Amino acid sequence: MATLQIRDLHVSVADATGGSREILRGVDLTVADGQTHAIMGPNGSGKSTLAYAIAGHPKYEVTRGSVTLDGEDVLGMSVDARARAGLFLAMQYPVEVPGVTVSNFLRTAVTAVRGEAPKLREFLKEMRGAMAALSVDPAFAERNLNEGFSGGEKKRHEILQLELLKPKIAVLDETDSGLDIDALKVVAGGINRFREEPGHGVLLITHYTRILRYVQPDFVHVFVGGRIVEEGGPELADTLESEGYERWVKAGAGAAS
Amino acid sequence: MSALQGAVETAAPVSRLHQRQSFDPADFPVPTGREEEWRFTPLRRLRGLAGDAPLPEGKVTVECDPAPEVTIEHSERSDPRLPRTMIPADRVSAKAFAGASEALVVGVPAEAVASRPTVVSVRGEDTAGAAFGRLVINVAPMASAVVVLDHAGSATYADNVEIVVGDGGSLSMVSIQDWADDTVHLSHHHATVGRDARLRHTVVTLGGGLVRLAPSVRYAGAGGDAELLGLYFADSGQHLEHRLFVDHGQPQCRSRVEYKGALQGETARTVWIGDVLIRPEAVGTDTYERNRNLLLTDGARADSVPNLEILTGEVVGAGHASASGRLEDEHLFYLMARGIPLQAARRLVIRGFFGQLISKLDVPELRDRVSESIETELARMEA
Ligand SMILES: Nc1ncnc2c1ncn2[C@@H]1O[C@H](COP(=O)(O)OP(=O)(O)OP(=O)(O)O)[C@@H](O)[C@H]1O
Ligand SMILES: [Mg+2]
Repeated sequence: MATLQIRDLHVSVADATGGSREILRGVDLTVADGQTHAIMGPNGSGKSTLAYAIAGHPKYEVTRGSVTLDGEDVLGMSVDARARAGLFLAMQYPVEVPGVTVSNFLRTAVTAVRGEAPKLREFLKEMRGAMAALSVDPAFAERNLNEGFSGGEKKRHEILQLELLKPKIAVLDETDSGLDIDALKVVAGGINRFREEPGHGVLLITHYTRILRYVQPDFVHVFVGGRIVEEGGPELADTLESEGYERWVKAGAGAAS
Repeated sequence: MSALQGAVETAAPVSRLHQRQSFDPADFPVPTGREEEWRFTPLRRLRGLAGDAPLPEGKVTVECDPAPEVTIEHSERSDPRLPRTMIPADRVSAKAFAGASEALVVGVPAEAVASRPTVVSVRGEDTAGAAFGRLVINVAPMASAVVVLDHAGSATYADNVEIVVGDGGSLSMVSIQDWADDTVHLSHHHATVGRDARLRHTVVTLGGGLVRLAPSVRYAGAGGDAELLGLYFADSGQHLEHRLFVDHGQPQCRSRVEYKGALQGETARTVWIGDVLIRPEAVGTDTYERNRNLLLTDGARADSVPNLEILTGEVVGAGHASASGRLEDEHLFYLMARGIPLQAARRLVIRGFFGQLISKLDVPELRDRVSESIETELARMEA
């Protein structure tokens, strides 16, 4: 069983002038295992901010509200503790880390999350299997983390980590962006393998219904001006695709500064 | 690296900074600290090495374990067979020449290929007084060798290393400064790279209270290739200074300089000077120099001064880069977001920072040793 519960979450970032700017203005959302939630919203509405705030990025300051995972206070945990507790964030823009190889990184992460080092041979087998399932060239294991990866390769590599780390709740921030149709199917396959396993929930941030045809959501949330303004079933995604967000942007004018 | 800082403008063009050369220490005034070449060095910590009062004889022993193809000789200072490619460019170098009664000469005969590394071990026994050393590495045409110069112990030491790589020859030389904390070491390495010859000169400076090492390279013919690599790790109280000078005076030569350092502890201090001169006759030169510093603690200070003077219009490439900054928050966040604790994430990134340089060490045991030393430094940070 796993439940990520977000209540009245307000988040600010420091602006260029040294002041602070509120981006999230009271987000309420509950993601339980076995569920897939899609969040859709215009550029700059705060979707990535929500993802980063859940993961604990130091630039985002929570000014009000709570986030819990199975009742435990997530906001009090360090970034690494959140990941070990079962949260995973596939980043919209995965970071390049020079000099750190993919295999070394994956093994260190797997060791940290599982609490013990896997046997080298078993780990290599597991890693190669996961790479094959995502059509990732095995040569990537010896490349530096995300360095020189194409946009699509970076996204695939995020899902590779998802499959190896097996969190409880995965937040996927625009993992579908920049993927061609074949890569999209491969990545969707990885997400589906993950969510079909018991105890797993998914929060999927996207601009496009394209991925939702492969990863059917149970709930769709419209995100505008730093909060969820409407919720519905999968059919809401189609409405959004044909009509856009104008209706809510107008109604909520002033909410997003 | 997040921030660019510590890049300081130099006062003079490279060609003027390296003009003066003499074997007579008196030709160089006692430094005051205002001179361009001394302004970064804490002179009061030199224990008189740059002064004019005579110093009692210090205690340093030198041992050599040569490859079977390599010859070892102890030559008198005046031995006419010694190469005359190096003329001191500062007062301490001139004093070291005057103070060293003999030179250790490592010779690689023409066309010989050394089957294993030759190791010269320099051991300091005492910081009292001052010891002077002179090493000559003479690689004859078409010969090839790896030479390791390994410094350890406690000393007050100044030395000159004269390196000659004959036409078509190849030398990989590694100089390790693994001194005790109380050592003061001032050193000059001068390499002459022959026609179509290759030099890889690697400096690893980990230990020593004050280490100031000045490698310089000039070319004796066209087609020479010099790679100058450096790795340093400064803790609180350490002053580690590397001053490079690549003098392109021949056509079609190549040089690459890559120095990387990490600093931890509030009073850790490093200096990197990278002077490159491309003379009018050095057409077709291809040069790039780079220095990167990782500031692991607030208060640590890294000065980095690349200085490139180009006197010909016909270069293949000439560039430099210098950056000093803290560990990237975004790197640490990414690793931690995968469950890796902060300390382990820092280690991963720092190992990665040095990894490529370590992999270029031409002796496998040295790769392990340097990696372990860095792990020890990092463990000290976490303690
Ligand atoms: N670190 C930051 N510093 C300053 N402003 C930020 C920072 N992160 C986000 N913002 C601002 O917060 C707002 C929301 O950004 P966010 O990235 O969360 O939007 P988004 O909904 O993910 O947009 P997109 O669809 O383009 O990915 C934007 O106006 C953005 O400029
Ligand atoms: Mg975003």
